[in-house]
Amino acid sequence: MTAPITISRRSALQGAGALIVSFSLARAGFAQGASETPEGKAAPHLPGSLAVDPHLDAWIRIDADGSATVFTGKAELGQGIKTALIQVAAEELDLPPARITMITADTGRTANEGYTAGSHSMQDSGTAIRNAAAQVRELLIAEAGKRLNLPAGQLKAENGAVIAPDGGRLGYGDLVGALDLHVAAAEISTLRDPKSFKILGTPMRRVDIPAKVTGGAAYVQDMRLPGMLHARVVRPPSYGATLKQVDMAAVEAMPGVARVIRDGNFLAVVARREYQAIKAMRTLAAAAEWQEDAHLPQQGDLAAFIMGMPSKDYKILDQHGEAGAAVLSLEVTYTRPYMLHGSIGPSCAVAHSEDGAVTVCTHTQGVYPDRAAIAELLRLPPDRVRLIHVQGSGCYGHNGADDAAGDAALIASKMPGTPVRLQWMREQENAWEPFGPAMVTKARAALDASGRIVDWNYAVWSNTHLTRPGPAGTLLAGQHIAEPFPVPEPKPIPLPEGGGDRNAIPIYTLPNAEVMHHFLPDMPLRVSALRSLGAYMNVFSIESFMGELAAAANVDPVAFRLNHLDDPRARDVVTLAAERFGWDGRPKSQDGRGCGFAFARYKNLAAFCAIAMEIETERETGRIRVRRAVAAVDSGQIANPDGLRNQIEGGILQSASWTQYESVSFDTARITSIDWATYPILRFHAVPDSVEVHLIDRPGLPFLGAGEAAQGPAAAALANAVADATGQRMRDLPLTAAKLKAAIGV
Amino acid sequence: MTQLMVNGQTREVDADPDTPLLYVLRDDLELHAAKYGCGLGQCGSCTVIVDGEAALSCVTPLLLVEGRSITTLEGLGTAEDPGPMQQAFIEEQAAQCGYCIAGMMMRAQALLQKNPDASDAEIREALEPHLCRCGTHMRILKAVHRAAGLMRAASAAPAKGAA
Repeated sequence: MTAPITISRRSALQGAGALIVSFSLARAGFAQGASETPEGKAAPHLPGSLAVDPHLDAWIRIDADGSATVFTGKAELGQGIKTALIQVAAEELDLPPARITMITADTGRTANEGYTAGSHSMQDSGTAIRNAAAQVRELLIAEAGKRLNLPAGQLKAENGAVIAPDGGRLGYGDLVGALDLHVAAAEISTLRDPKSFKILGTPMRRVDIPAKVTGGAAYVQDMRLPGMLHARVVRPPSYGATLKQVDMAAVEAMPGVARVIRDGNFLAVVARREYQAIKAMRTLAAAAEWQEDAHLPQQGDLAAFIMGMPSKDYKILDQHGEAGAAVLSLEVTYTRPYMLHGSIGPSCAVAHSEDGAVTVCTHTQGVYPDRAAIAELLRLPPDRVRLIHVQGSGCYGHNGADDAAGDAALIASKMPGTPVRLQWMREQENAWEPFGPAMVTKARAALDASGRIVDWNYAVWSNTHLTRPGPAGTLLAGQHIAEPFPVPEPKPIPLPEGGGDRNAIPIYTLPNAEVMHHFLPDMPLRVSALRSLGAYMNVFSIESFMGELAAAANVDPVAFRLNHLDDPRARDVVTLAAERFGWDGRPKSQDGRGCGFAFARYKNLAAFCAIAMEIETERETGRIRVRRAVAAVDSGQIANPDGLRNQIEGGILQSASWTQYESVSFDTARITSIDWATYPILRFHAVPDSVEVHLIDRPGLPFLGAGEAAQGPAAAALANAVADATGQRMRDLPLTAAKLKAAIGV
Repeated sequence: MTQLMVNGQTREVDADPDTPLLYVLRDDLELHAAKYGCGLGQCGSCTVIVDGEAALSCVTPLLLVEGRSITTLEGLGTAEDPGPMQQAFIEEQAAQCGYCIAGMMMRAQALLQKNPDASDAEIREALEPHLCRCGTHMRILKAVHRAAGLMRAASAAPAKGAA
């Protein structure tokens, strides 16, 4: 981590006015992050991401003025991770948060922490930073002990200084000069006692919000470099289409146009002004003649198509034991469509090629994997490519961010010396982002006379939920250029986290249970990771089914869950959500109103989340509106309670949108849900009256990711509430007004 | 050259008259707040105030706003000295990714300027053209209510320096 750094994103982004970032691309090998050149092999038994890079100074540096710079390989996606990690570091360093500068994902500066995904950031990076900060604090105390000739036990760290028994203070800045923090972390850290936490676990205002609400340069979309030009791509009309011919001359003559690029099926325009680029893009699109070859499945018969696709079958649970005699059994099928990430801001990147090196500012979730893809795409060694994360619009998984970075890098590589800003258009984002895959689940269970589940059988059919970079063939540019890269074979994500089978194994105590994962390698539509992956569908299915079983057994749905739930933390969130909702005294289902309940532990290893929901339905239209939702969450040690609440509230609202409205539409060749009219999402008329989030703090217990904990339970609570309100069990997502009207309408 | 009044200042821009106001604000005037979301007037993230009315800048050509008064989020205050709407959004922590928020705030500002006592139903109705993908709606509503309170308090208080 000794490379000179010339781009200070923080100072640039915090500055008022135009964002000017100097792209001085370090002829001195900027990309030599410590993670790539550790002297010793990383030790897998070190906590969190310290296993990736054990050097303390890869995570924490103390500056001469006593402030700290903290490094994370994770990215701020609007989920508040930057603030939460500042709190972690501030707590263990005993330093005011305002004196901490947080550097996020940058292949030139931070450790390779892979993707910012799967609700892993607190577990991976939070744990690494917490341990590294604690060890740095202990080194500072030891150094003070040496100077003062006192045993470390008589000294304490406080507010950026080490304090001696006589009240004397030695500031961190004074102490650090003599310290070498380029040392490997120890396995065991002296962590602060959670009882004495001052910053961790308390609400802290997010550091990224002031710029966002005052028009500061907060996003990669807002970057403006000297001499920067604007680019737009022209995408094929459908998957696999080939460009027969295009007359580029007319576009080249348009005002402001600097360049028209064709590389195989990759088409782009570059212009002086953004709107000139858009007009040139439209003209180029109109001039392009394509040969279309796509054959998409019949949308009306998607479930049958999915279940008929060739599959690789994995039995992921097979347990058998003593159980009562079955008196009743149920078997049902649930489906979900393809779904959009649907970022409000279309994907964007700013790239600059200079002296054979390329820098890309991008809102990718994985700067290192995307760098690998872009380096291969440009046929450059990885150390000639630097990716810097700059915030974009919320991504909710693998959206167009990586592709836009690839597009921008490819365009910039053809125009050395000129910074290029590329943003996708709405219709490009909607048609070309990798969708959350369509899925089918089948559930069968038997109950004994006492209302206990004696046999459980569940199967899920799904594509992969992971086609992220990596290889260059994962990028649209890599697929569209004249010498394309092969698209990698899709693979399932192994359990315990899983992909399509994420949360397919029920958390309930069941004497007999079998779960099958039918992995579908063929991908008629482009798919990848959408927030919570298969968990959204599996939790929707399992928790809807628990509701159906409870009704069949004539047992209260909360009691029915508790009857099958042994984990005390799971029981706690279920009980708390029911209590705070007033479940036992809930309004009776009448006048189209009803209540529903659902619960899951995300991935069966992250945060616990239970949700009770009251909804109203309109018989004449089939419209559903959530009136109120009450959630209870246990995500282990809480870093920022308000940030956690914000994530859960958002998860519930986002899931309400997915669950009621969302479905990618397509004809036999083309994606047709290319704007917000053809792909409607939640609007304010359907926003609940209230959403409450109750947190169970577990001081000192490991951080459990919570960014994806609410989506599955919210979906099932909604479906269970619809069943309660109308007597109609809806098993095919989305639960649209049209479907409900058809079921109950007058 | 087209003359505009932007955030209280007269500005001259040299762009084609069919250029949507959004690109004039972002590219010519280097203002960040108004965002490109859809270019179709479907999401609200480009919203600014034109002569007191909320307007979708992505579908408003420059020629229609010549000589008119335009306010963007930058005109409501700064991070150091936030206006009431901005202060309210900070206090409620009413953002996740925040990409939609500038548009939401301008719509709410236009509403409260005309109707300082807007009801919850009126606020929801006003925000109907706006999409938020992170699901921050509950906080956005709370923030607009808080902004209304801050604005009422400010107009009720005696002016600074008054005896």
